[in-house]
Amino acid sequence: MPHRHAERLLEAASQIILGKDRELRLALACLIARGHLLIEDVPGVGKTTLAHLFARLIGLQFQRIQFTSDLLPADILGVTIFDRENAAFRFKPGPVFSQLILADEINRATPKTQSALLEAMEERQVTTEGSTLPLPTPFFVIATQNPVNQIGTFPLPESQLDRFLLRIQLGYPARNAERALLRGEDRRSLLERQQAVISPAELLAMQDAARQLTVAEPLIDYVQALLSATRLSTEFAAGLSPRAGLGLLSAARAWALLDGRDHVLPEDVQAIFPHVAGHRLHLAGDDRPAPPAALVRVLQSVALGA
Amino acid sequence: MAKALATPGAGAQPATSLTRNQACWLLATAVLTLVPHTPYLPAWVTALCMALLGWRALRLWRGQLPPHRLLIMLATIGACLGIRVGFGQFFGKDPGVSLLAILLCLKLLETKVARDIRVAVLLAFFLQLSIFFENQSLPVAALALCATLLALASLLALVDANASTKARLRTSALLAAQGLPFMLVLFVLFPRVQGPLWGLPADAFSARSGLAESMQPGSISQLGLSEEIAFRAEFDGLPPPPGQRYWRGPVLSEFDGTTWRPATSTIAAEPSYQTSGPRMDYRLTLEPHNRNWLLALDFPAAGLQGVRYSSDFRALADTPVRHRSRFNLAAYPETGVGLEETPDVLAAARRLPAGSNPRTHALAQQLAAEAGSNPRAILERVQHHLREAKLTYTLEPPLLGQQAIDEFLFDSRRGFCEHFSATFVFLMRAAGVPARVVTGYQGGEINPIDGTLVVRQSDAHAWAEVWIDGRGWERADPTALAAPGRIDSGLSAGLPATEARLLAMPDWLRSLRYRWEAANNAWNQWILGYNPERQRDLLARLGLRKPDWGTLATAMSIAASVLMGLLLLWAQRQRQARSPLQKSWDSFCRTLARHGLTRHPWEGPADYGKRLAFARPAQAKELRDICTEYARIRYGSGASSEDIRSLQQRITKLKLT
Repeated sequence: MPHRHAERLLEAASQIILGKDRELRLALACLIARGHLLIEDVPGVGKTTLAHLFARLIGLQFQRIQFTSDLLPADILGVTIFDRENAAFRFKPGPVFSQLILADEINRATPKTQSALLEAMEERQVTTEGSTLPLPTPFFVIATQNPVNQIGTFPLPESQLDRFLLRIQLGYPARNAERALLRGEDRRSLLERQQAVISPAELLAMQDAARQLTVAEPLIDYVQALLSATRLSTEFAAGLSPRAGLGLLSAARAWALLDGRDHVLPEDVQAIFPHVAGHRLHLAGDDRPAPPAALVRVLQSVALGA
Repeated sequence: MAKALATPGAGAQPATSLTRNQACWLLATAVLTLVPHTPYLPAWVTALCMALLGWRALRLWRGQLPPHRLLIMLATIGACLGIRVGFGQFFGKDPGVSLLAILLCLKLLETKVARDIRVAVLLAFFLQLSIFFENQSLPVAALALCATLLALASLLALVDANASTKARLRTSALLAAQGLPFMLVLFVLFPRVQGPLWGLPADAFSARSGLAESMQPGSISQLGLSEEIAFRAEFDGLPPPPGQRYWRGPVLSEFDGTTWRPATSTIAAEPSYQTSGPRMDYRLTLEPHNRNWLLALDFPAAGLQGVRYSSDFRALADTPVRHRSRFNLAAYPETGVGLEETPDVLAAARRLPAGSNPRTHALAQQLAAEAGSNPRAILERVQHHLREAKLTYTLEPPLLGQQAIDEFLFDSRRGFCEHFSATFVFLMRAAGVPARVVTGYQGGEINPIDGTLVVRQSDAHAWAEVWIDGRGWERADPTALAAPGRIDSGLSAGLPATEARLLAMPDWLRSLRYRWEAANNAWNQWILGYNPERQRDLLARLGLRKPDWGTLATAMSIAASVLMGLLLLWAQRQRQARSPLQKSWDSFCRTLARHGLTRHPWEGPADYGKRLAFARPAQAKELRDICTEYARIRYGSGASSEDIRSLQQRITKLKLT
């Protein structure tokens, strides 16, 4: 029995982003697991729409930051200005103080700016001028990234990629979906009219519920065996970190919750494993990210035994 | 073990550089492998190996990279030249082992990748084997075993770099234990070769300490401090009391004034006496002494296998005893011997060099006159005189001059058993009674651990025999007159307190020695003593009479296959030590696999259920439910044993149509 709220949300989302049910589901799982999402794809396949849509469906404050090579950290975090009326310095919060942020084309900005956002993502707070300001809850970043081989990009280093729980690719829509898209109404105006189907409080409840899900000993064993397989494999430059392992487990919980189960199955882990490991593993030798086939080989090398 | 064996492509893992941990294990392996070799390698090779290993340890300590290739190359060429010059050749055991030892150390210096470790471990295995060309004793075998365990652990370090030391050693012990049955099969069945496999070491038959063929003052007392084992005896019944434990060696009749030598004796296939009295069966395990006398207990029974008999009542082997050997012997201690002795022998037993030891000679004449030429009375008189002469039994007798017996009896009065026996025999001969010196061993102690009687070099002894008409040769032990304790309780009891302390040993050390010698004895008897004859006997008892190579090879492969099967079965059982839930799930999967729906090893139960439902629409619901239920019980919480039982029943009842 699928989760009631989640089903409602995915139902509404699939009306606007056509033929991308699995990607929508993954994005929602990432949101429920309190992780941040990285969407890597060519421009124009609906990355921005997806971010916008989630903000609309849950009724979250939404901010979009377009990353450019001259973007400064203060443009994201906010600046301290002198307030003449009160004769005092006042912090003017930047766009990061929102519930859902779309960091568009994050790899166009300089590493310094990138890390300002990524630190805020990790800490869920911003420290300026000695004072610490918490970011709102829920706090969810969807970053989009052009494929790294495009010109004028600063690829995110591995340590920064680790801050994103899941990475998904949208890809071109299937034939029927694309025909429906072309025939139908403008997505933007559809978005404008879209009402929230769940409240932020309901989202928080789902996040809490996901954390309560049962993870049995055999499943822990399985996750550990997967991690260890990535470390022992000769294909990758380095294996998955324990943090990646924790991420894998929390994403699997969210995935199980979406399925309406109260416990996590190996299938949940297998479903999200390529999205958790894809941007964290690099091939040994050259620095390319691990291709899906290599991730499938890892999954197939670990038996679900006694 | 299953884990260690099953890790796929294990070794290839650290492609770049070796961890410190792996290098440490390898270093320890090399050190332990080379330690037993050190006494047999030339000093410069040992020093070079130590220097190279030390260098390796230093680099490891400082975390440095391997030295330059060129440097290692130069060292290799230098070592090869050294071997060529030092040995004069490359081929043969000694240059080969030396070269391998140096190469192992050099290999350690250049280990960078997993393959290097494997090569080095292989080299170490070979060196661990080659030590047995030199030494096959228990301690060396134990050292080699430890080195093998470390070598296995070094290999394990490649597979799982993060295992704890204890876990790694446990796994390598387990691996070695799995090899044990195969080792036993090969040990029992592989055709045995007598003697060293690799040609004869140059000094194999060099002199070893033990009884000499002649006796002069001091020749036996020099053995007194040697705790080396001369031989061991295992008695079928109770061993004889200490006073009867006379192990006969050379019988010395010829005396030239200083040295006693054996007279010529004839050797026959049967003894020259009729045995009588009770029989004692025992097994004698002789340490090699390069002589052919067997040191049998007086007096050897007739018809012993592989034994010949001399006319002076010794038991002899066909060839000198050059390896530790076992003999099945028997003795009749109460036999009377030499009732009809030839005139030649008796003449030799009366002969004395002219003018030798005049004072003793005069004393003997006087005693004989007092006794009225009756041999028995003379014997009693001489014994009485020696008992009253206040002679001291000592390991450190003073040096004596030409007339040694005179000086001992009248001046120094301090001597060891050779002085006592020589003096006694001289007195008897001078009084006209045939007498001769018998050397051999007397006494021995029972090892309480395994019950064998251990006779050491320090039990070497000289006593005497006198010939009395109508009685034959009678044993007389003059040492017992001065030091009765020597005969009943061993050497240290016979000595004065100051000297006995030198031989004394604390109880714990003595008991430790008993244990150690018992272990050594077992090793010698069961491992090293397994020679071609014993292999033949054992195989005959197993029903393999006169086996040829083909039969043995077949037997070995059958035994190896059976063992392999057993090991597999054991591994299988290890794996199947699982819960009832798993058992019925496995049987469910097996049932479906028979219908062409094999679960992939990585396939989760829910996915499997979906696939099954798709493949068998007729039973879709039931199949899917079983899978879902299994997944819920295994990965969910709050499943009761009732749930498991009902799932088991569903799986048992499932009939695939």
